[in-house]
Amino acid sequence: MTALNALTVAAARDGLRAGEFTAAELTEACLTAIDAAGALNAVVHPTPDIARDHAAAADARLKDADAPALTGIPLGIKDLFCTRHVASQAGSRILEGFRPEYESTVTRQLWESGAVMLGKLNMDEFAMGSSNETSTYGPVTNPWRRGNDDTALTPGGSSGGSAAAVAADLCLAATGTDTGGSIRQPAAFVGITGLKPTYGRCSRWGIVAFASSLDQAGPMTKDVRDAAILLTAMAGHDPLDSTSADLAVPDFEAMLTGDIRGKVIGIPREYRMEGMPQEIEDLWTRGREMLADAGAEMRDITLPHTKYALPAYYVIAPAEASSNLARYDGVRYGHRARLGQGDGVTEMYEKTRAEGFGAEVKRRVMIGTYVLSAGFYDAYYNRARKVRTLIKRDFERVFDDGINAILTPATPSAAFELGRISDDPVEMYLNDVFTVTVNLAGLPGIAVPAGLDRQGLPLGLQLIGRPWEEGDLLNTAYALERAAGYVEKPAKWW
Amino acid sequence: MSIDLDTARRVAHLARIRVDDDDLPALAGEFNAILGFIEQLGEVDVDGVEPMTGVTPMRLKRREDAVTDGDRQSEILSNAPDAREGFFAVPKVVE
Repeated sequence: MTALNALTVAAARDGLRAGEFTAAELTEACLTAIDAAGALNAVVHPTPDIARDHAAAADARLKDADAPALTGIPLGIKDLFCTRHVASQAGSRILEGFRPEYESTVTRQLWESGAVMLGKLNMDEFAMGSSNETSTYGPVTNPWRRGNDDTALTPGGSSGGSAAAVAADLCLAATGTDTGGSIRQPAAFVGITGLKPTYGRCSRWGIVAFASSLDQAGPMTKDVRDAAILLTAMAGHDPLDSTSADLAVPDFEAMLTGDIRGKVIGIPREYRMEGMPQEIEDLWTRGREMLADAGAEMRDITLPHTKYALPAYYVIAPAEASSNLARYDGVRYGHRARLGQGDGVTEMYEKTRAEGFGAEVKRRVMIGTYVLSAGFYDAYYNRARKVRTLIKRDFERVFDDGINAILTPATPSAAFELGRISDDPVEMYLNDVFTVTVNLAGLPGIAVPAGLDRQGLPLGLQLIGRPWEEGDLLNTAYALERAAGYVEKPAKWW
Repeated sequence: MSIDLDTARRVAHLARIRVDDDDLPALAGEFNAILGFIEQLGEVDVDGVEPMTGVTPMRLKRREDAVTDGDRQSEILSNAPDAREGFFAVPKVVE
C-alpha cells in the first residue's frame, strides 16, 4: 500500500470515508515526513499541535457523517497567507515575529472544508524570485537530483516550499500564489500540477500583497483531479476583496471527463524562443501530439505582443510592490531597527527597511519607486499599462476566433543549480517568460508534468484557458495528464 | 536613460531605504541593467491604447455605509514593535 503521506487528496478522501485509516494517522504520517525532511528546508513553521487538533476534529466529523470535501486532508500553506496566531512572514525578515490576528479568506475556506494545517511553507521573500533564494529562511532544495549527481537544485519560486513539500510527500497538497509564474514554474521544476486561476477567482484578502493587479492564489497538487478539488474549496466571492468575482463556483472535479474531442488548442508561434533547449521543443511537440490524439484540433496562432510581456511586468509589478510594501515601516508590525541618538521617524523608516528587506525586494521597491516618480510615470508606468492592454487583446482575439485553450512549455529549462543565476536579476526574470503573459491578461493557467529530461529532471507543459473557464481548462489538463502518463517521483535522499 | 549616483541616492530616499554611499555604484548598475531590459517597451506602438487599470471588466461592489467592525484596539496593537497606552509609539515627529 502507498504510504499515507504519498496519497493524492482524492485517494485520501476516499480512504478516510471508507474507514481504511483515520485523519489522525494520515496527519502523523505527514508530520513524520516533515520531521525527516529538514534538508529540503520546505516547511519553515510547522504547526503540529494545530494539525493534531484539526485531525481529531476531522475524525469526529467523519464518524458523524458530517464531512465536507477536504475533511482530514493535511495541507501545507505558503508563508504568504496570513494564518491566525501562526507566524506569517512572507519569507521576509521585516515580518519577523508577526502573528496575524486574522485568517486569510482562502485558508479559512480550506479549514471550513475540513482540511488539516501542517504548517507554513518557504518561499521567495514577498514572492519576488524564481528560485527560492531570496527567502529569509534560506533556499529550499529541490527533492529532485540529476541522477546520482548530488548538486543541489532549485525547486523554483516563489512557491518553492510548496512545490518541494508536495513533490516530497510532506503534505497531500499545498497552497501557492502566482504573480508572474510563482505557482506554475516551481510546479514544473518538481513534477507536480500547479494552477493559477483567473484573476478574481480566489479572494486575495489576508494574503500578503505583492502586485495586487496580478496576484492570485491557487492549488499545487499531485495531480489534476486534486487541483480541481482544492480550487473548488479555495474559490468564491468574498466581500472583503472587491476584486473577487461574484460568480458561482462549480464543482470543478465533476467537470473532469477527459473528453476533449472537438476542442481547439492554440499553439502560439511567439513561444518558440531563440535558444530554447531542444528537449523543451520536443516536449511541446509531444504535448501537441497527445492532445491531437485525444481528439482536439491543433491550430497555429499568433500572440504578437508576447515579447513585451516580461518588460511590461517588470514595470507594473515593481510599481505595485513599491506601493504595497510601503506599509512595512516599523510602526505596526514586524521588525523595527534599533535607533541611534537623535534619530527621527525618517531614520526609523530607512533603517528598518534597509535591515528588514533583502536585496531583490529592495531592488524592486526602488525600481517601482523610480518608474512611478515624477517625470517617468508616463514613459514607464503608463506605457507598460498600455502594453498590458495590447497583451490582453492578443488573447481576446484568439479566444474570439474559437480557441479553447493554448498549449505552451511551462518553463524555458528544467530546474537549475542553486546559486547559478542568483547574481543576475534580469537572467532570473527570464524564468517567467512563458507564464507572465497569463498574469498580465488575468487568465487561468496550469502547469502539468509531462516528462523527464535526459538528466532525469521533470519538465512541464502549460495550458492557458479562457477567463472563468477553469473547469474546461482542468479537463484539458486532465486529458493531457492521462496521455502523458507521468508517474515519476524523486528518489528519496533527504 | 542612465541612472547616476545622485539619482540612485534620490530613489533610495524616496523609497525610504537606507543605502550606504559605498553601495550606490552597484545599485545604480543594477538599475541600469533592469531599465535597459524595460527600454524595449519603447518599440511598441501604443497610440490610442488605453492604459489598463483592472484586468477584469467589473463594477466594484457597493455595500451599505454602516459600521461593521471595530473595538479591536488590543488586537491591532498586538504586533506593534512599540505600543504605549493604547497607541503605536514612534520617535518624535514634530519638534
